[in-house]
Amino acid sequence: MQAARSLPAPRMALATPGQWLTILGIAAFLGLFLVIPVAMVILVAFQDPNTGALTLVNFADFARNELFLRSFANSLYVSGMSVVWATLLALPLAYFTTRFEFRGAAIIQTLGVIPLIMPPFAGAIAMQLLFGQNGSINLLLDEWFAFKLPFMDGLNGVIFVQSVHYFPFILINLTASLRNIDRSMEEAAQNLGASGFRLFRRIVFPLAMPGYIAGASLVFIKVFDDLATPLLLNVKDMLAPQAYLRITSVGLNDPMGYVISVVLIVFSILSLFIATQATRGRDYATVQRGGGGLSKRPLRPLDAVMAYGVILLILALVLAPHIGLFLLSIATIWSFSPLPDGYTLAHYSRVLAESGQFIWNTLLYATLAGLIGIGIGTAISYIVLRTRIPGREWLDYVASAALAVPGVVLGIGYLRTYFGIPLPGGQPLTSFWIIIVIALAVRRLPYALRACMAAMQQISVSLEEAAENLGATKSSTIRRIVMPLMTGGLLAGFVTSFATAAVELSATMMLVQNTADAPLAYGLYVFMQSPAGRGAGAALGIIAVLIVGISTYLSQSLAERDRRAKAGG
Amino acid sequence: MQNRRVLMATLALSAAITFGAPAMAQQGKVTVVTSFSKDVTDPIKKAFEKANPGLTLEVQNRNTNAGVKFIEETRSNPQSDLFWASAPDAFEVLKNKKLLQTYQPKAKGIPEKVGAYPINDRDGAYFGFAASGYGIMWNERYLRANRIPEPKEWSDLTKAAYHNHVSIASPARSGTTHLTIETILQGEGWDKGWGTIKAMAGNFNQIAERSFGVPDAVNSGQVGIGIVIDFFAFSAQGAGFPVKFAYPSVTTVVPANVAIIAGAPNRAGAEAFIEFILSPAGQEVLLEPTIRRLPVNPEVYAKAPAGFPNPFKDANFKAMMTFDVDRSEGRTAVVDTLFDQLISFHLNDLKAITKMLHEAEANLAKKDSAPARTALAEARKLIAAMPITEEQASKDPQIVGAFRGGADAKTRRAEFEQRWAAFAKENYAKAKTLAEQAVAQSR
Repeated sequence: MQAARSLPAPRMALATPGQWLTILGIAAFLGLFLVIPVAMVILVAFQDPNTGALTLVNFADFARNELFLRSFANSLYVSGMSVVWATLLALPLAYFTTRFEFRGAAIIQTLGVIPLIMPPFAGAIAMQLLFGQNGSINLLLDEWFAFKLPFMDGLNGVIFVQSVHYFPFILINLTASLRNIDRSMEEAAQNLGASGFRLFRRIVFPLAMPGYIAGASLVFIKVFDDLATPLLLNVKDMLAPQAYLRITSVGLNDPMGYVISVVLIVFSILSLFIATQATRGRDYATVQRGGGGLSKRPLRPLDAVMAYGVILLILALVLAPHIGLFLLSIATIWSFSPLPDGYTLAHYSRVLAESGQFIWNTLLYATLAGLIGIGIGTAISYIVLRTRIPGREWLDYVASAALAVPGVVLGIGYLRTYFGIPLPGGQPLTSFWIIIVIALAVRRLPYALRACMAAMQQISVSLEEAAENLGATKSSTIRRIVMPLMTGGLLAGFVTSFATAAVELSATMMLVQNTADAPLAYGLYVFMQSPAGRGAGAALGIIAVLIVGISTYLSQSLAERDRRAKAGG
Repeated sequence: MQNRRVLMATLALSAAITFGAPAMAQQGKVTVVTSFSKDVTDPIKKAFEKANPGLTLEVQNRNTNAGVKFIEETRSNPQSDLFWASAPDAFEVLKNKKLLQTYQPKAKGIPEKVGAYPINDRDGAYFGFAASGYGIMWNERYLRANRIPEPKEWSDLTKAAYHNHVSIASPARSGTTHLTIETILQGEGWDKGWGTIKAMAGNFNQIAERSFGVPDAVNSGQVGIGIVIDFFAFSAQGAGFPVKFAYPSVTTVVPANVAIIAGAPNRAGAEAFIEFILSPAGQEVLLEPTIRRLPVNPEVYAKAPAGFPNPFKDANFKAMMTFDVDRSEGRTAVVDTLFDQLISFHLNDLKAITKMLHEAEANLAKKDSAPARTALAEARKLIAAMPITEEQASKDPQIVGAFRGGADAKTRRAEFEQRWAAFAKENYAKAKTLAEQAVAQSR
């Protein structure tokens, strides 16, 4: 900090023109594609349902309603417990693969991300087939021991599915953080006599805190705002499902759905605020780069057996839905039996013949959405963490609020805002596929943003200052120093937003206007709506998982190579 | 623009000459917004495109509610030509908002009514192309494994043997389930009907959020019995699942419909599609194993497989009730909200009480006890009680105002929801105490 104070006077200006331009650009993007469309829809929350006059009476109705209050409490409970369980799943995977010389680290990292890319509908159907009240496991338990376990019942069922589904957020961000820890810190601690669990608890985990907090806050908000899982488990007394049920069943002009949406958005921003406060005022940056990350050491044979055992157990649990989905995709008929009646490849040949376009669209859209995400994410993190422009945190809060906007609301907002604007040729702007990409980018921006934030928090300002003292301009410092140091974090951000964008459905559902422009998740939804399409839908789901899985694996090995190159160079 | 049009016309003309297409052939893309699955749309699309060379059918799959909302939001510049779905209510909504184009189909051989229900809208805004009835489907393996008898009537589902084995979709989210609920209400009367529905609800395993969630759960054996529209069961049978279906005696057949959207960009193509689907060739496609809907042209049944229900001939269809679509449409939101506030959001309480009632009933069958019998009857009455009468549901200005909205309305929907939820909570709490008494006294 000493260095910062002694800088020459011009540096004390709030920001350079380039930074102002960037801020304006980001604000315009967020304004056009998030704030305005959402405002067009949630305005209804503040209007009297009958007269249209501005009022807060709807919020009073919310506070008076026993069901809404119960839903609110349930949502908080489920989100909190999901973070706890997700941490227990993510911690061993992240720690073992970064801390020890571990065979197949990249594969384990990739498999750990796979749960995120469980396509909607498919995942829940597969989980029901395995863990449901008459799923394979319960049918077998009933046959052998005459009892059943309610894995999927009520709030605990939601917690179970959500922690399996979203723990990769913690895994990805925590892994990125652990890799960035300065080895000298660990060595210093060891020289002072710390080792084993104490070393982890006092030194390693605290230094990886930005990544953990980033992941945990994502899990919390995501579970808080997620409606698909509770709905598919038929749990209705939670907040997000209530909002969805109101909007889709009562109608667009019913205020209560939007009141709940406002509560969701406000609460998500609040939890982000708390997460930022938790890491504020501490310095996580480490100066030394090349050769960063914990020193890897070999496992003793007994420990290795245990470590692999724990990891295999976790992977078996979190990959169960995919195993179920795979079985479904090669099943002839699977009904009230532990395993399908017979096996066939017909579903794959049907899907491959019909769905090439879906696959290509998905790759294109998700890649573009991921790139837009990390581009804007890096810019926002830079502005928030490296400039002193007043109110800069709001860029972060607003972008992150996208997490809390139900996809249906965003989709309807786009239609409402942009449908009237024609493209050259008379077609409405919303029928252009780019609008789907923008919707995906906005919805997944928070993931990329959290990862970029965490990555930048770990870079010491002194490296940039050194570059600037040597005469580099702001932009070339970002390009030559900041970006390369952030590679791991950027990649984590890209992978999360790419993978989740590839299976997004709720906003896409409103915006797809032409089957030729539809992504894979939409095709899957269409297949899954009929008895004969169940196997084909599952096959398409497996193809989606493979595509995203392979892309993730490639980026992981790229990251690994990059890390090695840096370490070696 | 002019030049381009001339160019296009020239190209089209030369193409027509080159390929020898009939001079009157339609050109271009017909876009249809539908809630029907790929299993239904694909064969029809294929047959339609074969019968009308030059036309392609662009299918946009959305659930019924999302489809209605999409057409509403895009009214300023419509991009779709047809709306094609099951629930007549959805078409009524679109028609009342003036989003449908009237038309007079030329197809011959389609009677005025199926069962007791008129096939076409009387104002010519939408047309029935297939009939569907409501009933009960079940998974045979599940029933055998749990030793449950096959259900035949709605009242069967209120019996103890079916506790925790039945599933339904929420009527607020599923147009077809809404019609099922309305059918029971109209067939048995408001108070008795709600009594039956709530007694069945006490046996529900789950209330699904989308229509297809119910047959899906029954097909995979997660739940034994589902309350569904007939084609869900027939098409599942067609796909090979071990399921069966029965029409209870209180049911109705209503047509699934198709309509032209007002301002359709390809109106001629839209008309061609309607003519095709109503023609004998189009009607025959409905008999395919993955579709299995009841055609509205009686002659087509000659080609149907054995055992296929025929609403124009089979005796049980003749006895089916008349379904009053106006009465249903006028109180849709009230009925759905009552279902959610009294049943969906209190399902766990309702199930727990019903379980105790079944237990008391079983005890009483072995050893009679007058006080237990009184407590049991009281508890049943409390569960069946409704916060409003049928009259109020469609006529009370406060209720109608709250659910319709508008500047003159003095009440809000949320107020009634709170009131009804409180009513349910209080009644169920009392019923629970009585049920506990009944169990204790009958032991």
